[in-house]
Amino acid sequence: MENLAQPNYILEVTYLIASILFIWGLKSLSHPDTARRGMFLAEAGMAAAIIGTLFHHDIQFFGWIIAGLILGSLVGAAFAIWVPMTAMPQRTALSHAFGAIAAALVGIAEFVMHSGTMSTFTRSALGLEVMLGTLTTTGSLIACGKLQGVIRGAPVQFKGQQLLNLLIFFGMIGSFGYVLYNPAATGFFYTMVVLGFLFGVMLVIPIGSADMPVVMSLLNSYAGLSSAATGFVLGNNILIIAGTLDGFSGFILSILMCKAMNRSITNVLFGGFGAVHHEAGPGATGDMKEISLEDAAVRLAYANKVVIVPGYGLATAQAQHAVRDLANVLEDRGVTVKYGIHPVAGRMPGHMNVLLAEANVPYGDLYEMEQINPELSTTDVAVVVGANDVVNPDARDNPNSPIAGMPIVEVDKAKTVIVLKRGQGRGFSGLENPLFFKQNTNMLYGDAKATLSRLAQEVKNV
Amino acid sequence: MSFLYLLAMQVQPAAREAMDPKVLIAAFYVFALAAFLGYQVISRVPPLLHTPLMSATNAISGISLVGSLVIAGAYEFDAHKLMAGGVDSHPSWATLMGFIAVFTATVNVVSGFGLTDRMLKMFRKDIKKKEAQK
Repeated sequence: MENLAQPNYILEVTYLIASILFIWGLKSLSHPDTARRGMFLAEAGMAAAIIGTLFHHDIQFFGWIIAGLILGSLVGAAFAIWVPMTAMPQRTALSHAFGAIAAALVGIAEFVMHSGTMSTFTRSALGLEVMLGTLTTTGSLIACGKLQGVIRGAPVQFKGQQLLNLLIFFGMIGSFGYVLYNPAATGFFYTMVVLGFLFGVMLVIPIGSADMPVVMSLLNSYAGLSSAATGFVLGNNILIIAGTLDGFSGFILSILMCKAMNRSITNVLFGGFGAVHHEAGPGATGDMKEISLEDAAVRLAYANKVVIVPGYGLATAQAQHAVRDLANVLEDRGVTVKYGIHPVAGRMPGHMNVLLAEANVPYGDLYEMEQINPELSTTDVAVVVGANDVVNPDARDNPNSPIAGMPIVEVDKAKTVIVLKRGQGRGFSGLENPLFFKQNTNMLYGDAKATLSRLAQEVKNV
Repeated sequence: MSFLYLLAMQVQPAAREAMDPKVLIAAFYVFALAAFLGYQVISRVPPLLHTPLMSATNAISGISLVGSLVIAGAYEFDAHKLMAGGVDSHPSWATLMGFIAVFTATVNVVSGFGLTDRMLKMFRKDIKKKEAQK
């Protein structure tokens, strides 16, 4: 009771300042010019809060703390230095898992030490923290595995899956309820922990790689909320604030991603998405028209305005620098080059922007979908690099399409479309794309990176 | 012996007894205001910066480290008691869990801020075209 009666004022002031700096830091992210400075403030707040906490009077033994801090800093620094930009989605999924496991472990340890003396409210917050923490941990690990290619990216579905998921979910909630009623029932608490881990796995395995932006945002939200719940358990305001900011950020991103895929949030939450829909019907047929490298180069070289639309294929082929080289060659000839970026292009929100920024594309050239669409009718050549569903005109024209209503980058309105594609296969959603059969569409097969480099060379020779 | 007993009592951190209702209500105010503020602040972040945003909020929520630190440092770790099991092993288990939590949260803080900065450095308004070509 000592620390309730007499709060550690210095620590509380440190936390207050850190909270303000966090919010300030996030606010500075509203513009790329102010963003870096703002993040330095947030870092300073974090450092102050951590150092302040080391003087917490409950802390008596420093061995494990120092070991954890040093090991964590080393691994964290290694990540920060060596993770390539193309691997950002995997790294982010992993960090959601790390944040969630930290919250879950703190909750379990609190339960082990204090379950007898906890109020019912604290115990419910703790249950929420541990459930969200455990399911986010395994869910994020599965997402990370799928993104890294360790686990097959295809959705795993089987008969009775929904029912099994419901059973696990209610088993978890039921165990939690019983622990609330009877705090001595530790067996039920550990059952809840195990079911939480299991539920996380079940939640993410039926989801295909193409839907990862939504999943990533949701897991982000869960990880944040479990941190906020930790704040309620420990009576710690800075945890509540930081966790809530994280949780809401993830939530807002989930909504934006859902809008960009024309799916409701309930549809996302309660499964059934990311599945391959075979009932789409025969779809478009016809011949795909192939174009030679030389012809493509001529079209690009004599264009006034070129719009490049990147997709996940850009990341897998690591072709961001090759795109930039081609754009440079074109710009030297006086061609205007812009980039049209769909919100769900890639595997996480903002993925394409980061890749192109890495390749020295000034951010003024990166256009959001709503900004670029009105310009496409005056565009001479639209170059689609490794994107498929986000440029599928069926989403706009065919009400029976599984992706009907999803907003798209309307490249088919450009005078000429050049599609860079690895092979003749379908996209990740398994849908046929009528864009590829249009009169004004030309296919350029091959590895995106190699093709783009050769294209740049050809343009120079024109 | 009584001295040791006293020492042990001091080592036991304050039990999380029923939170004062006033504190609890204040905590809900903090939650509600943070949610509102978070919504306002984050909906102004342009899609351009959504990946750095995710990385930054991740690092910030690594503040759960402050909870992990207290758990990792509050109890005495005793490998023998840990092996022996039972109630006596609980403090050692808590320390171990706290240690793992400190580790993972630190990874998130360091890599989150580090990567956010690495990404933000790349976003530039105007890069001289010739310069970029080199």
